Amino acid sequence: MSAAPMDGSPVRRRSNYRLRRNLTEAAALAFGLVLVVWTLTPIYNMVAVSLEPHGDVFTNDIWPAKPSLESFWIVVTEGHWYLEYFWGQFGNSLFVGGATVFLTLAIGSLASFAIGRMRIRYGWLVSNAALLTYVIPASFLAIPFYRIMNIYGLSNNLWAVIAAEVTFATPYAIFIFQQYGVSIPIELDEAARIDGASPTQVYFRIYLPLMAPALVAVGTYALLLAWNEYLYQFLLLSSKRSMTVPVALAQFLNSDEAPWNYMMATAIVYALPPVAIYYAFRRRMTAGLTTGGVKG
Amino acid sequence: MADAQALRTAEAFPLRGVSPARPRRQVRRLGLQGSEFTWAVAFVIPYVGVFLAFVAYPVAYGLWLGSDPALYAELMSEPIYQRTVVNTTLYLVIGVNLKMFGALLLSGFFMRRGWWVKGLLIIYVLPWAVPALPSFMSIHWMLNGQWGLLNNVLWNVFGVDGPGWLETSRWLALGSVITSHIWKWMPFWTVILLAGRMAIPQELYEAAAMDGATGLKRFTYVTFPLLANLYLVCTLLSTLFTLGDFNSVYFVSGGGPALSTHVLATLGIRNAFEIARPELGVAVVMSALPLMIPLVILLMRKLHTTEVTL
Repeated sequence: MSAAPMDGSPVRRRSNYRLRRNLTEAAALAFGLVLVVWTLTPIYNMVAVSLEPHGDVFTNDIWPAKPSLESFWIVVTEGHWYLEYFWGQFGNSLFVGGATVFLTLAIGSLASFAIGRMRIRYGWLVSNAALLTYVIPASFLAIPFYRIMNIYGLSNNLWAVIAAEVTFATPYAIFIFQQYGVSIPIELDEAARIDGASPTQVYFRIYLPLMAPALVAVGTYALLLAWNEYLYQFLLLSSKRSMTVPVALAQFLNSDEAPWNYMMATAIVYALPPVAIYYAFRRRMTAGLTTGGVKG
Repeated sequence: MADAQALRTAEAFPLRGVSPARPRRQVRRLGLQGSEFTWAVAFVIPYVGVFLAFVAYPVAYGLWLGSDPALYAELMSEPIYQRTVVNTTLYLVIGVNLKMFGALLLSGFFMRRGWWVKGLLIIYVLPWAVPALPSFMSIHWMLNGQWGLLNNVLWNVFGVDGPGWLETSRWLALGSVITSHIWKWMPFWTVILLAGRMAIPQELYEAAAMDGATGLKRFTYVTFPLLANLYLVCTLLSTLFTLGDFNSVYFVSGGGPALSTHVLATLGIRNAFEIARPELGVAVVMSALPLMIPLVILLMRKLHTTEVTL
């Protein structure tokens, strides 16, 4: 498949070559169509179910007979038992996301500045610890983490969730910052120090501005991680008022007759901000991932 | 380089009124001195604190919780656990390899020129952009035997009465979970491998074409050897991520029917929170260590050496 048969093999007759080219293009288009169907089916289902009017989820329609935006109205006006505190929960998710971004960027950039730029002794130990945290699956730490949060007195507290998200976002931040920091000449720091700049001044005036692209990439990553993560938020938050949106969304499944149209409408409202952010920063995200993430 | 730096910092100090008291050799070894060293320590302390409080302590606590050998004897005799191990193995072997191989082929497809291929890529990455929860919930409902979209389509278009994908058979449910996982994560790896392919210089292909390497040969002799290391790192990383994947199983099949499709990540949480036996939950997770430790060591080495070769 990698071998796009457009270039290369010398074909004697021009028309013959053109025919083959058109055929492969047609095959590629057909394959592309299959790929679109594969990709969009679950998302189509989400939209179709959310447009079902009240109580009409149990049908055999492929597209709702009378599509209506009623479910979205219910979500926005908190008009259902499960959606009582929707906007408060939305706010909680925003708060967790914002705090995670700020703390991840601050802690991650300070650490990688000390390791990569100031070359602190045993810095390699710290970056290895970070790398190790990055490769250990977060869900495997959930049980002891939950108990420890109780010991710290942070049960049912948003700060417990923030601590969890920061814990799992910072290793990636340190990894990316160190890889990206290599491209910034160390002579800049040295020149500033000769001019009498203190380490904090070098950090704020030289390091941070030059790291801006990496900061944006990691910030987006941390925000999406905190917004999308479910397991820790589910374990650490128990009351309706302190819940974040994904936890509230999964609450729907607790009842036997889940109102699927409201649930899918909530799901769409919840998914829109991260999708918008993802597409806005798409280039930065992939750039960050390939320069640092898993480049081989 | 290190000399120059030591020299310059030594020069810098008198300017700030701090005399470099240490002998030269020690300066070179330390790299930093006095107040600078204090600052550097202050800068790493927040992360070290996070690591100790939220990684090292939970890990130690987990090891302590799961340290009783009797727990493992109990697990081994449980049919649910035995099934879970089989599921996890299938999930890893089939899920990871299909996903990575598909991503490898698709990254080649997306190297094609043309506006519609670029547009297609934007649509194709949508599963990665959408949070896991809404997608998996939607898939769960889509696969409902009676009212789900899939069976509605099968009935309306082909006149076939589709099975209850998640309710009737363990293998159908497990297959659905694996497919959902691939749907969600293949775009991510495709983009990574696509970037890897784009980094291969065009001249190599031109030279290879001169020597007669086109078509499949071009792939086996040029593209794949250059991508092999990246592919391996991605596969290892993906294996670890898949091992810890909670959402696909929890929201698509929920471990059902009759607890037959659990994987280690979900069974651990179930044991700890649904039947309130945290030490048994930790034991489930710990039983993955014999697989995890070699993977982690291999991956850490790979990530280090690749830094050097780049």
